[in-house]
Amino acid sequence: MTQLSSTEVENDAAETGSQSDERREAWAAQMAEALGDGFAEHHIIPSSDLWVRVNRESWADAATAARDQLDCQFFDWLSAIDWLPSPYGRDMDAQEDNPEPKSADPMEQGHAGGETRFQMAMRLYSISEHMGITIKADLPDDDLSVDTLISVFPGANWHEREAWEMFGIHFNGHPDLRNIYLPGAFEGNPLRKDFPLLARRVKPWPGIVDVELFPGEEGP
Amino acid sequence: MTAVSADQRQQLAYVATQAADARLNVEIETEGMTLNIGPQHPATHGTLRLVARLDGEQVVEAEPIMGYMHRGYEKLAEVRTYPQVTTLINRIDWLGSFANEVPFILAAEKLMEVEAPPRAQWIRTVLFELSRIANITLFLGDMAVQLGALTPVFMAFRDREFVLNQIEAATGGRFHPNFDRIGGLKDDLPQGWIDDTKQAMEKMRDFCDEFEELVLGNEIFQARSRGIGIVPAEVGLAYGLSGANIRASGVDWDLRRDGHEALAYDQVDWKVWTHPDGDSFARYWVRLQETREATHIVDQLLDGLPSGPIMAKVPRIIKVPAGEAYAATENPLGEMGYYVVSKGDLVPFRVKIRSASFSNMSITPWLLKGVYVPDIITILASLYFILGDIDR
Repeated sequence: MTQLSSTEVENDAAETGSQSDERREAWAAQMAEALGDGFAEHHIIPSSDLWVRVNRESWADAATAARDQLDCQFFDWLSAIDWLPSPYGRDMDAQEDNPEPKSADPMEQGHAGGETRFQMAMRLYSISEHMGITIKADLPDDDLSVDTLISVFPGANWHEREAWEMFGIHFNGHPDLRNIYLPGAFEGNPLRKDFPLLARRVKPWPGIVDVELFPGEEGP
Repeated sequence: MTAVSADQRQQLAYVATQAADARLNVEIETEGMTLNIGPQHPATHGTLRLVARLDGEQVVEAEPIMGYMHRGYEKLAEVRTYPQVTTLINRIDWLGSFANEVPFILAAEKLMEVEAPPRAQWIRTVLFELSRIANITLFLGDMAVQLGALTPVFMAFRDREFVLNQIEAATGGRFHPNFDRIGGLKDDLPQGWIDDTKQAMEKMRDFCDEFEELVLGNEIFQARSRGIGIVPAEVGLAYGLSGANIRASGVDWDLRRDGHEALAYDQVDWKVWTHPDGDSFARYWVRLQETREATHIVDQLLDGLPSGPIMAKVPRIIKVPAGEAYAATENPLGEMGYYVVSKGDLVPFRVKIRSASFSNMSITPWLLKGVYVPDIITILASLYFILGDIDR
């Protein structure tokens, strides 16, 4: 049975941080070249991760380019991010419907920037390079739709259904866009920041009530 | 009595063969039938419902229906502090709970730019592998019971107890340890734990040897699982299959070795098992080898356990700096990862949970097309999913 097992584990000791950076820079450059105008921005955390933001129209092209040119054959996940600061405050315990926004925080998008409230995010991974990439795309508020990735990665099917029911994002060309978790008659999109968490209305957050002691620390 | 001439007899024989041929050549027309499996079926590890449209004995189309256990962890995590979130995510894959905590803590540590001290990393890795053994042991028994062998599942439940006892002795919880902390661990190991664990690992190796003969060597098991539910590597990757499911298709990829997370796997000598066949048998085979390999990893880690603190310097009330991070580890069921978006608050702004079973199951509509009814159960069992890990 030994012929079925892989080679012995080797330590990736030779792989230093600076090398990784060059590899990620190269990936970003390759994506920029493949997508042309569709490429918006990228962000690299050295020897950790790479983010690329593309235009909505280039969403499916970005997946294809990452698969074919960066050898990212592994479809990791797909989801969305709602950047609206929660109108119910941090603890989401608003007692009234549709309250005025409490939080004066401006909307601030994360790595690789962005302008819109809703952003798509997908993660692809290269088995050969042992490196992943997070691709984002802005979705304008008046048209929350983006092309489906099913033709590129069939595994996107369920992830897109989830994003559809949780965020209300429409996927053009998806053959079977219906709820995956929630009952068919469910109203609303639960993962949107303005969707109230009813459990917190019934029983407000008590705040931090028990701070755990560190090992070796004496109690009060 | 009428005499039949030789000629006539020949003619009659000819007509009889024609009739027999005709009977064979007629396509037996059957009406399509819809078979509902679950949501309360033992093959579903929880409450998965499967609606299969059948043509005779073959599946034309199969559609899993999930959501019976959807608990909305991604939403709930947005209103809980980072230490509170681990309590929730313990319950995603409830058979290997400690392994659920690790990637989330690693993602938070990435954002905070803290790293657990070496001793904590090693103990984390030990507990991680113990969760794997406890989890996969049950699979090894459970798949056999679904193919009609009742004994293995009782043996699995019995021997899993050795590992659960060790997890309980160290963490205080058999199923939901809630033991991992940002910056380290809640506690150090209790006295005598190392020797007890090594004994337990010895027993688990015996268990693996026994199962290799009892189940893998069983002719009926082989007949029912070989060549059933073949997943080609590139299809599996495009569907996001990970863990033993993709290694059974010959993909040599294991995040324990290939990931760059702060765990102690690079400190010990072990290997990644793969199998070229991609069928149900291969998936069982790989998991069995991995369980045995995990016992060796635990033994080596316990031998080399470094001394020192188990907690890094972190503030008592944890505020995670703004940023985004993704951390993934090789969990018993496959890749589990957390994409954490922080705004510098006590609570995460958004947590995307990438659970292995969700992606592993997404291949079933493709994989079940054209298989026979009894093979549905074999394939579902061999893909090995936990409903909590699908529905989150």
